[in-house]
Amino acid sequence: MSVCHCEQTREAQYQELQKVIDKYLNVEGSLIPLLQEAQEIFGYLSGDVMKKISAEIKVPFSKTYGVATFYSQFHLQPRGRNIIRVCQGTACHVRGGAKILDAAAEKLGVAENGTTKDLRYTLETVACLGACGQGPVLMVNDDTHGRLAAKDVPKILDKYE
Amino acid sequence: MGHLSELHARCTDQYIEKFNRSRVIVGLGTCGIAAGGDKVMAAIQHEAASKNMHIDIDFTSCIGICFREPTVEISLPGFAGVIYGDMTPDKVPYLLESHIINRHPVEEWAVMQISEGSTALYENITKMNDYPFYSKQVRTVTSRLGRTNPESLTDYVATDGYKALEKALSMQQLDIIEEIKKSGLRGRGGGGFPTGMKWGFVYQAVGAKKYVVCNADEGDPGAFMDRSVLEGDPHSVLEGMAICGYAVGADEGYIFVRAEYPLAIKRLQTAIAQAEKYGLLGNNILDTGFNFKIKIKAGAGAFVCGEETALLTSIEGNRGMPRVRPPFPANQGLWGKPTNLNNVETYVNVPFIINRGSDWYTSMGTEESKGSKVFCLTGKINNTGLAEVPMGISLRDIIYSVGGGIQNGKRFKAVQIGGPSGGCIREEDLDLPVDYDSLTAAGAMMGSGGLVVMDETTCMVDVAKFFLSFTQTESCGKCTPCREGTKRMLEILNRLCSGAGRMEDLDTLERLGRVVKNTALCGLGQTCPNPILSTILYYRDEYLAHIQDKRCPAGACSALLVYQIDPDKCKGCSKCAKNCPAGAITGGKKKPYFIDVDKCIKCGACLPGCQFEAIYNDAAPHRNNCRPATRRTA
Ligand SMILES: Cc1cc2nc3c(=O)[nH]c(=O)nc-3n(C[C@H](O)[C@H](O)[C@H](O)COP(=O)(O)O)c2cc1C
Ligand code: FES
Repeated sequence: MSVCHCEQTREAQYQELQKVIDKYLNVEGSLIPLLQEAQEIFGYLSGDVMKKISAEIKVPFSKTYGVATFYSQFHLQPRGRNIIRVCQGTACHVRGGAKILDAAAEKLGVAENGTTKDLRYTLETVACLGACGQGPVLMVNDDTHGRLAAKDVPKILDKYE
Repeated sequence: MGHLSELHARCTDQYIEKFNRSRVIVGLGTCGIAAGGDKVMAAIQHEAASKNMHIDIDFTSCIGICFREPTVEISLPGFAGVIYGDMTPDKVPYLLESHIINRHPVEEWAVMQISEGSTALYENITKMNDYPFYSKQVRTVTSRLGRTNPESLTDYVATDGYKALEKALSMQQLDIIEEIKKSGLRGRGGGGFPTGMKWGFVYQAVGAKKYVVCNADEGDPGAFMDRSVLEGDPHSVLEGMAICGYAVGADEGYIFVRAEYPLAIKRLQTAIAQAEKYGLLGNNILDTGFNFKIKIKAGAGAFVCGEETALLTSIEGNRGMPRVRPPFPANQGLWGKPTNLNNVETYVNVPFIINRGSDWYTSMGTEESKGSKVFCLTGKINNTGLAEVPMGISLRDIIYSVGGGIQNGKRFKAVQIGGPSGGCIREEDLDLPVDYDSLTAAGAMMGSGGLVVMDETTCMVDVAKFFLSFTQTESCGKCTPCREGTKRMLEILNRLCSGAGRMEDLDTLERLGRVVKNTALCGLGQTCPNPILSTILYYRDEYLAHIQDKRCPAGACSALLVYQIDPDKCKGCSKCAKNCPAGAITGGKKKPYFIDVDKCIKCGACLPGCQFEAIYNDAAPHRNNCRPATRRTA
């Protein structure tokens, strides 16, 4: 019997989602944390996930969709395993943040907000990571890398499978 | 209330006990980690274990010298702590052997020494107070940063933590508010609204349920004061909020933190759990019957959520759009209930004022702006980092004394203060005292405390464009002036930077800027023209150069660069012609080459390849060529 592996993970993911929904069921103002945790589980917010959340906590789908599209943190498309965020804040800008972005884009062959075909990387920008003293800065997942030159970028990215 | 004194005594004992051992402390704030602090930490742990050293290894947050990160402090019992800068894992074995085993600090790597109590000083190492970066600073809000372990309640309580809460809980609510009013504390979130007055409004507001909210959204790119404080001294934020809660009659608090600050969120969670465990938060705090809970809300990425009404709407789970005020949050805030909303730094000032009194606080600062302010020094400055200075100090002192001047010997051009809401200040105005009113009068604003220093290679038109593209993306779209105005202004700026500017563009920009300023709904729109208006006012000749001469004096706008070859220097090697992807360079063997300006795509591929330095443009100017100094300010 050939049971698709992804079916199993999907089921586990939905069970996980149910737990989160139960946790927030009667908590005021819980839509945003719920979406945040749902995105943690699935990596992005699909239409199905948003519909399920709306139905369970009884808010109109239009509101859920509205919130999900308002905030830059929410993603409606699948993203890469490693999220690269190149800082384009003021301090990094005056120290050549744009060159870091170019170097990353060239290395990965995708533009800003693009995801590589193998789903290994997604390239994003951010307006300040709060490490301005180390500018220019980029963040891969939760790791912040500072004092960069364009030539350092490929080596750093290679480290993330 | 014997409770706290008992805890205080226990924590102090444990804290003092630490100084009886040899200690190695690594600075692990976000900035320290970004510079490689975690790798240094791992090397220290490995070295200590393999050499069987009996030392305490601990961590702290960023002490403020970001330009010397990663930092490591070593202290031997009875001796001052020595802070080492620019540490790398391969320096660790020698450092530990010399300082700990042989008891000789490594002077060449030492930045400064800090003496706690009566510990002995070393001869050849600068004392913190004499170190130029710190000599003009005062450390209040930042006093624990880099000195205590931010995840240790012991360290906090031993350094007088929660004493102010205990004292406040024995005072009348109105007396606390009066003390804050007398201190002259003004909101550190940018606007500078008197904090005591705000608390008074919330106290008077009718309603059984009230909230206290801390604005830790810090969206201003180029600012990291709040992050540093949240990561370095999370308990002080909780203590300030609890005092506020008692004073205004609230029993619930929210901290709204940017999603981009995972470490700050983690340390706050730890601090809240510790405070609840020891009865410093939660029900019946310090046996006084006062209840106060604090929850964390992580933002979801929207700059406009730093605006107070948008922030509250976002906590409620909606799109974070601002609304018209009044009603002010003090009367109708979170879920329609009276709400006190302050910035992180504002709350952190509170315990110090309660402990030391408003007279102490008013001894710092100017007539209208009291106390100290934390600034982030960034950009083209030598000493990037976090600096807390008394209000009223001049910008020149901050940039040259604290900040150590401009990088690479370049010329100062401007300092941008106040982020996307602020403006640029030029050389002539550097002696202005830093206080809310002088900065606003100069066309900038205090803002949250980001100071981005720019030198002659920064193009002011490009800076204006940079801020506008930020505000344009972050505009929530609710009001027309901001939604449409930012788009149109950005279009014009893009045109100027690409060489298609027209003379009437300047007037249009100024007129649009005024209209958006006067008619936008919230602070985002009302202040977003500031970077444009202040640069047009002070650097008009740079705008004119972009429009009339189609050139960028700073050499930053790549579309405006004109590449040329000096026939006297060119040896005719043809390397540039081979590197040129557009086929714009022609010439013959052993004869000077020539760039066809119409074909040139300004990619710069030719420049680094020329070993005779014959190719030049505005960014890499021609050595023998004396061009008019258009980059001087008006
Ligand atoms: C667009 C916009 C962004 C803001 N961002 C912040 C912020 O990141 N942090 C902050 O404390 N205040 C921010 N403010 C100011 C807040 O609206 C509010 O005035 C402040 O938090 C009040 O606290 P305070 O009185 O302690 O300064 C922002 C205002 C606007 C209009
Ligand atoms: S501007 Fe890049 S980290 Fe702040």
